[in-house]
Amino acid sequence: MTTLLYALLVMVALALLLGAILGYASVRFKVDADPLVDKIDDILPQTQCGQCGHPGCRPYAEAIASGEEDINKCPPGGEDGIRKLAELLGVDFKPFDAGAAQPKPKAVALIDEATCIGCTLCIQACPVDAILGSAKQMHTIIASECTGCELCLPPCPVDCIRMIPHGTDLTNWKWRYPTIPIKAVKP
Amino acid sequence: MSWLYDFHGGIHPPQHKDAATGSPIQALPLPPQLHIALAQSVGNAARPTVAVGQHVRKGETLAEPDGRLSAAVHAPTSGTITAIGPHPFAHPSGLPVDTVTLQPDGLDEWQPRQPLDWQQADAATLRQHLQAMGVVGLGGAVFPTHLKLAAGKLATLVVNGAECEPFISCDDLLMRERAAGIVDGIRIAAHALQAGEVLIGIEDNKPQAIAAMQAACAGTAYRVVSIPTKYPSGGAKQLIRILTGIEVPHGIRATDLGVQCLNVGTLYAIAHAVLHGEPLLSRIVTVTGAVARAANYEVAIGTPLAWLLQQAGMSDPNADVIMGGPMMGITLPDLAAGLPKAGNCLIAKNAALFPPRPAEQACIRCGDCASVCPAELQPMDLFWFAKSRQFGKAQERHLFDCIECGACSYVCPSQIPLVDYYRFAKSEIWAAERDKKSASLARQRHEFRQFRIERDKSEKAARVAARAAEQAAKLANQTASPVPAPAATGMDDAKKAAIAAALARAAAQKEAKPLSEQHTSGLDDAKQAAIQAAMARAAARKAAAEAAKAGDAANPDSTATATPAQTGMDDAKRAAIEAAMARAAARKAAAEAAKAGDAANPDSTATATPAQTGMDDAKRAAIEAAMARAAARKAVAEAKKDAAS
Amino acid sequence: MSIHATHIARPVTVSRVMLKVLAALLPGIAVSVYCFGPGVLVQLLLATVTALAAEAAVLRLRQRPVAPALADLSAVVTAWLLALSMPPLGAWWMIVLATLFAIVLGKQLYGGLGNNPFNPAMVGFAVMIVSFPAQMAAWGTPLAALDAAAQLQWIFTHTLPAGSSLDAISSATPLDVLKTGLLQGGQDASQLLQQPRFGHWGNAGGEWVALAWALGGLWLWQQKLIPWRTPLAMLAGVLAVSLPLWLWQPAQYASPLFHLLNGATLLAAGFIVTDPVSGSTTPLGRLIFGFLVGVLVVVIRVFGGFPDAVAFAVLIMNMAVPFIDQTTQPRVFGRKGGRHA
Repeated sequence: MTTLLYALLVMVALALLLGAILGYASVRFKVDADPLVDKIDDILPQTQCGQCGHPGCRPYAEAIASGEEDINKCPPGGEDGIRKLAELLGVDFKPFDAGAAQPKPKAVALIDEATCIGCTLCIQACPVDAILGSAKQMHTIIASECTGCELCLPPCPVDCIRMIPHGTDLTNWKWRYPTIPIKAVKP
Repeated sequence: MSWLYDFHGGIHPPQHKDAATGSPIQALPLPPQLHIALAQSVGNAARPTVAVGQHVRKGETLAEPDGRLSAAVHAPTSGTITAIGPHPFAHPSGLPVDTVTLQPDGLDEWQPRQPLDWQQADAATLRQHLQAMGVVGLGGAVFPTHLKLAAGKLATLVVNGAECEPFISCDDLLMRERAAGIVDGIRIAAHALQAGEVLIGIEDNKPQAIAAMQAACAGTAYRVVSIPTKYPSGGAKQLIRILTGIEVPHGIRATDLGVQCLNVGTLYAIAHAVLHGEPLLSRIVTVTGAVARAANYEVAIGTPLAWLLQQAGMSDPNADVIMGGPMMGITLPDLAAGLPKAGNCLIAKNAALFPPRPAEQACIRCGDCASVCPAELQPMDLFWFAKSRQFGKAQERHLFDCIECGACSYVCPSQIPLVDYYRFAKSEIWAAERDKKSASLARQRHEFRQFRIERDKSEKAARVAARAAEQAAKLANQTASPVPAPAATGMDDAKKAAIAAALARAAAQKEAKPLSEQHTSGLDDAKQAAIQAAMARAAARKAAAEAAKAGDAANPDSTATATPAQTGMDDAKRAAIEAAMARAAARKAAAEAAKAGDAANPDSTATATPAQTGMDDAKRAAIEAAMARAAARKAVAEAKKDAAS
Repeated sequence: MSIHATHIARPVTVSRVMLKVLAALLPGIAVSVYCFGPGVLVQLLLATVTALAAEAAVLRLRQRPVAPALADLSAVVTAWLLALSMPPLGAWWMIVLATLFAIVLGKQLYGGLGNNPFNPAMVGFAVMIVSFPAQMAAWGTPLAALDAAAQLQWIFTHTLPAGSSLDAISSATPLDVLKTGLLQGGQDASQLLQQPRFGHWGNAGGEWVALAWALGGLWLWQQKLIPWRTPLAMLAGVLAVSLPLWLWQPAQYASPLFHLLNGATLLAAGFIVTDPVSGSTTPLGRLIFGFLVGVLVVVIRVFGGFPDAVAFAVLIMNMAVPFIDQTTQPRVFGRKGGRHA
């Protein structure tokens, strides 16, 4: 009986000791901000489009970090983004839900300046302040700062905003993955 | 101290240079048209300064540089501009770039030329002159030369006459025939760079060029050095290593290490630009391969490549043509392109000279690539990482130190086109970096926006609070009400404001809209209008929904407003939109009128009436304002009602 | 339109490289046949057929193109190296089994040529020597007068023509004799090595085979198909362990020459440690890899339980290759220091 008691006591003592060490370590080595959120936020494309159902990329990153949200909710990030998130979090790759929003080619918004009535609604909707203009003045979009989130489309009362897909030019042209050469038929 | 260094690796592919070196540099007649692309340097495309239909003289500036890395573009002959716009370009992408098309008038009439007194001019003037003359590196990289001369006190100026790629012989012929001009260029460059010594590196397979350069350099301190023939000894980094022993790492400027490397063709262009005031209008091009008259031609920039090849007697018009050498050149997607400044060599392919590459086999890690790599990389590992898209690891293994010389692809027994994989990986990494940059910009702007909104809110609250405090104080003075008085008395302004602000914020949250309406006078016009417009539209939408649900007598009203709105408008679409907006507003008003049966009707007519005639922007804005005002009034009324009840 | 960045290429293919490796094996094969009889050729044939069939079958299962993979001849090289490491008079099923293990387990299951972390031939050999140590030890007696018909009969049916005895044609390898002799005690190494089985240089007949491998290896080096670093480092490793031991107690330990000319030492130096796929590829890594293989060979021979150790030494070092390569990245042009990063 005493052996059992001793054993129990030892176990309890050990548990307390280890608990104390762990507790001390958690205080001593406390990490202030959650670096995981930052890392996830780094992978997200920062379009701030809200297609994930969160008001911006960081809230979505926080939701992923806390485990509330899946990693396949970010269409602008594309499958590449999901892959990176999967790698970071050590989970399996997951394709986009069939019914959910699907990735689209990158685009920038363009205001049809003839139609714009200068209502400023899109300016207020733009998450990155990429729209220039003031009341009763025609608005315009700073293309280099537009993330293509499409948040300016719904508020426009006159539907004067279109999404223009990114074109390829010499500055963003990419070499393709090497494949078997194909002889083009020349006219 | 004639000491040569060696660089790691290198290969000895068949030379094939004899075909074009048998005859002197050939002159060509002017082509029927010149397509001078505006992207003639590594930087931005130049900005055109001429208009279609304009007549230009030879040497006149067609486009001026746009940024540091950009270089000017000039008319290679006199004639008329017939077009400025996208045209096929000598680039592997096959993407068209903005191009000036010039119809020569056959007179070849020069504009006045202004030489530069380079011995008196300071370095900045010389650089400016060279940028204006459109001088870029003619070795193939087209790096603007004025930037390469932007260094003082150089230990060694390396002159690149190595020309190591098979087939190419334009520098060889230039050195043989125009050595004096090159030496003039060296003199100017050495003066600008205050170079301690000048070493001219020429591969030992060009004895005539070496002899000519030695003769031209007689009496100067410039030393012509014969270097062993080995590809890629003509790479700037490799040549610097061979002649000076200095290794220029990736990302470090050679001038920081006291050396600079200039191609002989570039130096010749410098001499022409400075001594004669002649911009870079033409260059020597080796036209070889499957052509009847393989030779080096002096060709005007912008000469259509198809025309040039035809002059050289290309037999098969459908053959693929390489621009540059067989190791690093590009297969031209479209021969309609004009000759760019980078075009040192055109090789018409045929099956005898260029047998098709056998199918790619698995990498067996034989290490042949590593043993020939002049950058001392481990190409098989880079290939593995690039193929499996592990770009981070590829970068860790110094993918960007790869100079894409192609030695690894050349020796690979598995016939893997290694450089293709490196280019793919590099452009993917660049693209990812671009994305990253734009993402961080977006994040920054988003965070700032959130900060701004927060700031605006608190500023507004503070204003409201100040006003509330003022009123409270007034009230306290008048009636000595018990509640505000203690708050007002005995407190300094800041605290008072803070408390009031807190109170106001609570109030603002509870009834944000009415409050903001009451204090709109404090806001600037733009914001006020924005808020009003937004509210008006929200109200209109709500009302429209209600109206649709009720399906009441609003309909006649709305049609009455809509019909006239359509007439007399120049833009049908705009009219439709206007009408829709007006209709919504009218419906809302009608619904309210039906509900309350009071003075709302005049409001709705007031909104609708201007809509019929509102055509131009000002009027449209007026409508907006009116609508907003109406909505605001309504909101105020509602707020009052709420307050009363 | 061709998309390749480099428009010309050396007219070399993997098939040509492999063909040259096979050619380099020919002198050794010739001497082997002279020493051990035509059984060697039977082993080669069996291994070749099995390797090609196994490769084709697995490629079909993996739904990969079969013909190009067979044409690269890498399976044949594996088969030959394996056949030449196996006893010349081993039963037919032994070489077939070994080849199957080598090609299927050692090569194709990892993704085929270029993806195998282990030397496939050594995988096959290791499996056999662990599973059938007795059969693997029964080597042919060098220069024994055994006609082709008798050898064939023995390989395929495990019977002998009347009048001949197994002892006459088959004997343990010198390494085996030495190992068992030392284990039994009574005699020390120098006494054991007096036996006729060891010949003049420690391996009667076998030394000529070993030298023929070395000749093939030298030719491959001259053809720039193998680097000098790995084989030289391996031989240095063999010497580095065997020489001090022999100098210290010549009675107890065999001479470096014995280690060089016995077993698969020179075959390994020319053809096995130089396998590029499973070996190290950095200049320093090749030295380390080769040297440690040599060290392990002698250490396992002298102190381990198996008479020959080339397979184990190579496989153990194959495991270390990624680490060796990672830590011995050469200096990049213009950069200081050796390691990457």
